[in-house]
Amino acid sequence: MKIAEIIKLTEARVIAGDPDKPINIERAFSSDLMSDVLTLDDHQIVLITGLANVQLIRTVEMADVPVVLLARNKKADEEMIQLAEENGIVLLGTPYSIFRASGVLYENGLKPLY
Amino acid sequence: MALKLEFHIVGGDFNLAGKASSKIKKKLVQLNIEPKLIKRIVVATYEAELNVVAHAYSGILTACFEPLFFTVTVADKGPGIEDIEQAMQPGFSTASKQVREMGFGAGMGLSNIKKNTDELKIESKVGEATTLFFKIYY
Repeated sequence: MKIAEIIKLTEARVIAGDPDKPINIERAFSSDLMSDVLTLDDHQIVLITGLANVQLIRTVEMADVPVVLLARNKKADEEMIQLAEENGIVLLGTPYSIFRASGVLYENGLKPLY
Repeated sequence: MALKLEFHIVGGDFNLAGKASSKIKKKLVQLNIEPKLIKRIVVATYEAELNVVAHAYSGILTACFEPLFFTVTVADKGPGIEDIEQAMQPGFSTASKQVREMGFGAGMGLSNIKKNTDELKIESKVGEATTLFFKIYY
């Protein structure tokens, strides 16, 4: 699934990064627990989360997660935006809840990790 | 020739947590190391860095880029670990509420470091210091 499709399906807006990045996202992981994100082996994923802090961006930087979807329009501060831009991470914001965003993306073909 | 990078880590400062690991990642990318290996290295390094921020007062993280392997030594001043075997158990944690609110402190860090590394040594003196060392072969 292209990033553009994730944006369309979840009515998301682009907060940081290049949404035209030529990557194909096949799987998604929904979590607020960064410790859990750090244990994932697969990395071409979109992370759906309700946690919006600098450590979220640091965690996805280390775990090589290319796309993050912030649920319920959680605000990203300047530092998060700057860090995401610096590391080529696409940061999106959706008005949907984690449950709804996960459901819509699952229904449209994104696979779970576990 | 081996390259050595040293970083000072401040306990409790979550805004700075990850800076050392980020710099190490950029160096590994520059050295053309395979992405899967880079991920193992930086995840283990980041977990170790976070442990100092979450539990200790201060620490020094030393990364050595050797020709055949990569090592990290994190020496901290802090409360130490009473029972290392217990601390290694997935789910065991002494992290504060603040750390948990950040999305960490689930007791998965040390076991994740073990999973991603080829060698792991932890030495600790309660009330004084902890030293963690790991090695990953390229």
